[in-house]
Amino acid sequence: MAAPVVTLHDIRKSFTNGTLALDRLNLNVGEGEFLTFLGPSGCGKSTALRLIAGLIEPTSGAVDWRDGARPEVGFVFQEPTLMPWANVFDNVFLPLRLRGVPKSNARGQIEEALSLVGLKDFANAYPRELSGGMKMRVSIARALVLKPGLLLLDEPFAALDEITRLKLNDDVLRIKAELGTTVIFVTHSVYESVYLSSRVVVFAARPGRIIAALDINAPMPRTECLRLSQDYADQCRQASAALQRAIELGGDAIGAHR
Amino acid sequence: MSENRAMLTTAERLPTYGLPVLVFALAIAAWEALVRINDIPPYILPAPSLVGQTIFTDWGVLSASLWITLKITFSAILMAIAGGGALAILFAQSKWIERSFFPFAVILQVTPIIAIAPLLLVYLEPNTAVLACAFIVAFFPILSNTALGLASADHNLLDLFQLYGASRWQQLVYLRLPSALPYFLGGARIGGGLALIGAIAAELAAGTAGQATGLAFRIVEAGYRLNIPRMFAALVLISLAGIVIFLFFSALSWALLNRWHESARGREG
Repeated sequence: MAAPVVTLHDIRKSFTNGTLALDRLNLNVGEGEFLTFLGPSGCGKSTALRLIAGLIEPTSGAVDWRDGARPEVGFVFQEPTLMPWANVFDNVFLPLRLRGVPKSNARGQIEEALSLVGLKDFANAYPRELSGGMKMRVSIARALVLKPGLLLLDEPFAALDEITRLKLNDDVLRIKAELGTTVIFVTHSVYESVYLSSRVVVFAARPGRIIAALDINAPMPRTECLRLSQDYADQCRQASAALQRAIELGGDAIGAHR
Repeated sequence: MSENRAMLTTAERLPTYGLPVLVFALAIAAWEALVRINDIPPYILPAPSLVGQTIFTDWGVLSASLWITLKITFSAILMAIAGGGALAILFAQSKWIERSFFPFAVILQVTPIIAIAPLLLVYLEPNTAVLACAFIVAFFPILSNTALGLASADHNLLDLFQLYGASRWQQLVYLRLPSALPYFLGGARIGGGLALIGAIAAELAAGTAGQATGLAFRIVEAGYRLNIPRMFAALVLISLAGIVIFLFFSALSWALLNRWHESARGREG
């Protein structure tokens, strides 16, 4: 593996209410990797993602970037998180606008990002006119518009129906192949994690920590055929066993509503 | 779906618009009939036809008063929008500013305006005092609604703005102000109605002592002269002014929000 894009050293994160969200977290993220954080609710996987994004600071430990500084980062939330008052075009324009790029110069990049997610014809639509899956695509286009070196997705498809989710999984793989971006993806779905990733790390709760890492050995591009293969079933079984262990280690984390 | 709405047939429209109009017309007709059948003298209860006629014959006096009341009310609304909006934005900058100054706004709001008016009339010219009263009552709903709206921006969007290194100014202009718009418009609609009430209350307090000649003054004056039809005529004009203000802000809300906010859209959308 090439030099890691980012390294987490002994990260500890406790919240003001006393919860120890992450404890002694060590992790390397390799260039071009598709890394998935898999774990039950409340295991700190989203917290780890937000730390990497720089949205929160660790209580102790360090986040080290290969080039000394955080590269351009794209972030996709669990909700589409679009501005309802702005149309699709202006929503995707937001990151560029915040960087001071005038709209006339941004048009090309915005159209490119919208084509990547297959929404070129919806630039003038408002978020409330779109389906859940389409809103999520806009959210992904927005995250891609600055051509980030690192794309972070925090359970982006958890609220979508199965068919839409499978379709979007394929889209994320296609986009990743086209752009070569490093991706970190958070999910609690075993099948999603194995289908998408080159590596899965499994988190357990109380305190949030990594208990297993699995390399997923399936060739790219991945298609529907993979879902039906014995190989896929075997790797899912392994990931599932690791997740089961995480649930047991985390005590009643599954019962606790978050 | 706007096409759907446009395609409503006349039969479907009738209950929506026709029914309220019909019921209102019936009520007016009943009033007219009641006065005529019982031969009630106009100084006790004038018939609607007489009220209408009075508006027409006294239009010179009444329209001048209507103009004064409207001018004061709309000046007060504009000042309240500017002042309430600006103060809400200031409050949004710091919790400490908000905590320090919010009590003053509350005190102004909870003290009945009719009790403040005589004092203001001592300090200020009558017209200015009336304007001040109308402003004070219109100001608070705009301030508190806008402040609520500015604080209601989506937390994930706030994170996103932080991720892209947005300045406070960018956060305000591109996120907090648009988020606050529906709340602000709700406050402006309430404040608009209250401004008229404040202006009328202050005019009543000013009474005959001042040289104020708004519609409320006409009511007081007509009362002294037992000119009951003119009292009714002035009352009708005040109601109409209130309705126009309400319709204006409703239309403004619809124009600004219909593309995106739930409040301005039909359920079938």
